[in-house]
Amino acid sequence: MSSLISSIFANRGQPGGRVMPFVMILLVATVLASCLNLFTPEGSALHVSTYTITLLGKYLCYAMLALAVDVIWGYCGILSLGHGAFFALGGYAMGMYLMRQIGDRGVYGNPILPDFMVFLDWQELPWFWLGMDQFWFAMIMVILVPGILAYVFGFLAFRSRVTGVYLSIMTQALTYALMLAFFRNEMGFGGNNGLTDFKDILGFDLQSDTTRIVLFLITAALLSVALVTSHWIMNSRMGKVILAVRDSESRARFIGYKTETYKVWLFVYSAVIAAVAGALYVPQVGIINPGEFSPINSIEVVIWVAVGGRGTLIGAVVGALLVNYAKTRFTAILPEGWLFMLGALFVLVTLYLPKGLMGLYGQLKDKFSGPSGPSSANDRKTSDTAEGASA
Amino acid sequence: MKFNKLFAGVTLALGTSMVTFTATAEDTIKVGVLHSLSGTMAISETTLKDTVLMMVEEQNKAGGLLGKKLEPVVVDPASNWPLFAEKTRELLTEKDVDVIFGCWTSVSRKSVLPVIEELNGLMFYPVQYEGEESSKNVFYTGAAPNQQAIPAVDYLMNDLDVERWVLAGTDYVYPRTTNKILEAYLKSKGVDAKDIMVNYTPFGHSDWQSIVSDIKKFGSKGKKTAVVSTINGDANVPFYKELGNQGISAEDIPVVAFSVGEEELSGIDTKPLVGHLAAWNYFQSVDTAENEQFIDTWKTFIKNEDRVTNDPMEATYIGFKMWAQAVEKAGTTDVDAVEKAMIGQEVKNLTGGVAVMNKNHHLSKPVLIGEIQDDGQFEVVWETDGVVAGDAWSDFLPGSKDLIADWTAPTECGNYNVKTKSCGGSMATAE
Amino acid sequence: MKKLMCISFWLMGCLLPALSHGAEPDAAEAAIQAGHSDSETIPKLVQQLTEKSLTKAIPVLEALAREGGETMLPLFRTMLNGDLYYVKATGRVVGQQEVDGETSYKDLLTAEPVTGLGKRDTKKIRVNNKLRGFLRDSISRIQLSSEDPAKRGAAVRSLLSDLDDSTVLAISEARENETDADVMATMDLALAMYALAEGNSDVEKMDAIEQLSGSLEQDVRNLLRQYAEMEPDHSDYNAKASAAASKALSKIQEKVEFYGFVDQLFFGLSLGSVLLLAAIGLAITFGVMGVINMAHGEMIMLGAYTTYIIQMLLPNHIDLSIWIAIPAAFIVSGLVGVAIERGVIRHLHGRPLETLLATFGISLFLQQLVRTVISPQNVPVSTPSWMSGTLDINPVLSLTLNRLYILAFALLVFFALLIILKKTNLGLNVRAVSQNRAMARAMGVRSDRVDALTFGLGSGIAGIAGVALSQLTNVGPNLGQSYIIDSFMVVVFGGVGNLWGTLVAAFSLGIANKFLEPVTGAVLASILVLVFIILFIQKRPKGLFPQKGRAAE
Repeated sequence: MSSLISSIFANRGQPGGRVMPFVMILLVATVLASCLNLFTPEGSALHVSTYTITLLGKYLCYAMLALAVDVIWGYCGILSLGHGAFFALGGYAMGMYLMRQIGDRGVYGNPILPDFMVFLDWQELPWFWLGMDQFWFAMIMVILVPGILAYVFGFLAFRSRVTGVYLSIMTQALTYALMLAFFRNEMGFGGNNGLTDFKDILGFDLQSDTTRIVLFLITAALLSVALVTSHWIMNSRMGKVILAVRDSESRARFIGYKTETYKVWLFVYSAVIAAVAGALYVPQVGIINPGEFSPINSIEVVIWVAVGGRGTLIGAVVGALLVNYAKTRFTAILPEGWLFMLGALFVLVTLYLPKGLMGLYGQLKDKFSGPSGPSSANDRKTSDTAEGASA
Repeated sequence: MKFNKLFAGVTLALGTSMVTFTATAEDTIKVGVLHSLSGTMAISETTLKDTVLMMVEEQNKAGGLLGKKLEPVVVDPASNWPLFAEKTRELLTEKDVDVIFGCWTSVSRKSVLPVIEELNGLMFYPVQYEGEESSKNVFYTGAAPNQQAIPAVDYLMNDLDVERWVLAGTDYVYPRTTNKILEAYLKSKGVDAKDIMVNYTPFGHSDWQSIVSDIKKFGSKGKKTAVVSTINGDANVPFYKELGNQGISAEDIPVVAFSVGEEELSGIDTKPLVGHLAAWNYFQSVDTAENEQFIDTWKTFIKNEDRVTNDPMEATYIGFKMWAQAVEKAGTTDVDAVEKAMIGQEVKNLTGGVAVMNKNHHLSKPVLIGEIQDDGQFEVVWETDGVVAGDAWSDFLPGSKDLIADWTAPTECGNYNVKTKSCGGSMATAE
Repeated sequence: MKKLMCISFWLMGCLLPALSHGAEPDAAEAAIQAGHSDSETIPKLVQQLTEKSLTKAIPVLEALAREGGETMLPLFRTMLNGDLYYVKATGRVVGQQEVDGETSYKDLLTAEPVTGLGKRDTKKIRVNNKLRGFLRDSISRIQLSSEDPAKRGAAVRSLLSDLDDSTVLAISEARENETDADVMATMDLALAMYALAEGNSDVEKMDAIEQLSGSLEQDVRNLLRQYAEMEPDHSDYNAKASAAASKALSKIQEKVEFYGFVDQLFFGLSLGSVLLLAAIGLAITFGVMGVINMAHGEMIMLGAYTTYIIQMLLPNHIDLSIWIAIPAAFIVSGLVGVAIERGVIRHLHGRPLETLLATFGISLFLQQLVRTVISPQNVPVSTPSWMSGTLDINPVLSLTLNRLYILAFALLVFFALLIILKKTNLGLNVRAVSQNRAMARAMGVRSDRVDALTFGLGSGIAGIAGVALSQLTNVGPNLGQSYIIDSFMVVVFGGVGNLWGTLVAAFSLGIANKFLEPVTGAVLASILVLVFIILFIQKRPKGLFPQKGRAAE
């Protein structure tokens, strides 16, 4: 166990770190948890409750979202404060499918219109709801809608070289504008109440333990796929260019790389991961509403990544899991103190753990093994220039 | 490497604590409290958490229930709607609570609903809402639109001779539904469509200049005009301030609000509001022995002489009392038994009269209309004769006019269609 | 309305004897019913105000107005303001006054002070809307003979909406002795309106319309519209009068539209001034120092809470409180700002994106601090009397005073800041450090100190903004959150590091928002403005007024 862990933390110099062992742990742990939920009797000491499974499923979705942010922030220096928008759009696409699946089991029994449209007296389904009753179509939309939005936004922004702080604030404006839009009841997405009261997915009852376990396992699997793909991208030729863009965009451009193109496609890739995370999140928590677009949520994701350690794929996942676990625990124990702790955590992490928990290992190692070696000095320089370029 | 071990240790510790159980003590009855203690809704919901805690304390002083003590279990859903569902599951499966008092916003209730139905829990919802719902597992002790909005409009129409109507609300489901109902109701009373102005604003809207000036123009056409406000919490203060600043007094254009109570007024400079109206089932200023005792108990419990009481608190009070009575009657806290025993329960209102739990899980309560005074209290200017029964499904909406809710045998259905004689909505064909 | 009131008086009149439980009809009862009186009547009537329930007070007041005339003004005013009390033990009616925190009482009929009364000895005489409306009308009628021409004018104007025979008689009597030209014009207007509504001959009506055609009074427009839209089969129909009325109306309408435009422009400027105030502190911390200060909103919030606390400490000097609150808020927010800079931001130089994370943490911390220490509830902040009310330019254009003050205040703060940055030593140092830190240090500028002061200045100004915002909106833990995004938009749109840019951006966004709002609704207007900014930044990544030269790098 411990050698496995040390192998994850080691080799930080390489982009992405060692992902494979981590993915293995992740998959084994989720399968184990699932088996303990399904095959041990309730009340047994080993039983994992359905509550825990839904909680873990939610954490994994958040981890995937954090991974998406890390891919562009940690590796390309683009700090997006609007990734919640892609997450929520993916979620809404899935929510629309689930809504259509309810069919005539809604409270008004209307086979076509969702309940919120019936009592607001809508006569027919708006055009953008058409086709969402087909699973394959909805899944295409999960990827296509956020993907296209990310492409258009990225294309416009990166082409005109909007960088650093400006870009962060524009992404924030994007998600804020979408939030306001989705709050409007005229939009046809259920306004503040959002989409809820889902019954089943592909014919499987969403309230059955088996469906939950399957969703949970799918989430773990897709998170693993995202980790491996990201790892592969970062270690590919493209990954090297992306790192070069982060460290000095103008230099990379002078050498002859079309940096915008790399940035746009990485942005789209990241948005799609976020959207898939959103699509997996909705059936597990049972509701999607415009609150998910709230800029605060997007900032929180950035914090998870910062806590875990940006620029390491595992760091994002670990950060998301840890912060959310802490949130669950402490809102139960100390509801009033929680925000103090969260606030303090952000300040302390940025001040003392610039590389997050994944960097803590290196920091401590440096401290105990004398003055910093050449590799860590190198790291420091890299991160400084990254910030300098984006400033 | 020692750090490897450290990390392994931390990971293991976290892992095991995930799976640990909280040991449940068998000798108490657990009361779940699901109100936001942080986030945007904390402003309103914290008070209700304290109210439930007070009721539990009072009940324990009186000897508990069925010979057992009550034990409150408080969680914080942090104004985060998915978290409401998650915390409900936690309360029902991990903490094994027997009843939940909780939720404020409609979206939080909608988020909780699938979970509470799946796990067959029991919840009391204490806030006025848009109706169009009746769940076997939920008791609604706040007002439905026919217990707040419609009487208020009747009052304005009959007593103040209002002929032109501004329906102003925050853009979410409660104002949308309420205004739909009111529009249909006003039209059925012969009000012309051009005498109705509907306006929606976003949450927390703070710049009311244009809208108030529109209202002023709309109200200056020679007919008596009133504003029916379903504006939500935070947006109210700048709204009333703007009304005051633009010189619109309550005599010119009265505003009747459904979400402004004593609690909200305590955070406002009330000067510009004096004379405007609110419709509720309870006002702190109502002079009855029960109310006086309730206010005293509350002030002692919260250790603050200046704290006020409000309608959702009374709804919590009635809900809690009814639940305790139903548990006594059923002799158990089993959800199905308590649910059966709840129907027909009676509790004395704090404002006089008796509240009755109906078959549709809504209460029969009196409706009061009060004028805001400069001390932040309301002076009752009108009340209904007797009680009004809460209507789960509005008669003024095309989708729901044929629906009723009746949780007694033989119907046992939350959305029974009286036309098709079937359970499951207006469009479904008879099975 | 008038008719209704008459009917209700009549009803009350019928009911009253029945309600008095067969008690002997005394002089007061007689006065209510028949109008005959003696010296005892008024005190007895006043006495009745303490006994009757709200709905039955109107006939009493009616009688009082008839009996007492002008002498009733203090009583009516006190009652209108809700300051009328009676002594529980004796039933004596007194007016409550608060001077310098001391509550005092006086007899309103004799104007003698009544001493020895505590708050617990008295009970308030409550009023409701109907009573307030009645009191206001009575006061207007009584005031027709007031000394102050402004009061007379206002009295006539308030009577325009319900002109009946008795009112018109009173007005035309007052017209005889009127000396003030403005008041006379308003009185003529009232008489013309009456002539149009009730007049008999066509000539009379045409004259009246002629006289009314220049007026912007809402009641005049309503009356003219009535004539213009009258159906030919109506008994009062008069083709010539109707045509003249619609012509007069369209002339008035043109003016109204023009003033409507001015009104909207003012709304836009006012929203712009709020945006400017919220953003201007950020223009320093973010624009000049490059710190993405997510806790900026909380600095505003602290300023607003400072106002609240000052008002709590000085409950009887609300009018003064704002003047004390402005420097206090500057100091409080400024000190917190310096502390944040010293404690956190100093360690994050050159890492702007990390300042975002740290200050976001601080923002959460401060919000929760306010929730824990003060209260999670909103707190009330009162508006000083000199800030409430309107500046009436004409009947269709009145500018709200608080918005006017805030607009002026925002500009004042802006120019003060500009002078600090351009003319003072500190400003020079700030600009030097922000343009080239290393060079500035080499020239002997203590950059650490300058950083702390700059951040303190930006935060302090945010605190001042909080004082202004406390007059417009909720003061609660979430106050800052609602302004943070808008503030960033303004600064980025205007161009980071350029104060003039912030000014132009704030006002253009405010005006754009207000002109879009009537067309699209409030939500869509803000969405459109946001989308516009996003697209604009793609076109001009450095905002409206980009920094030039070396500072740009």
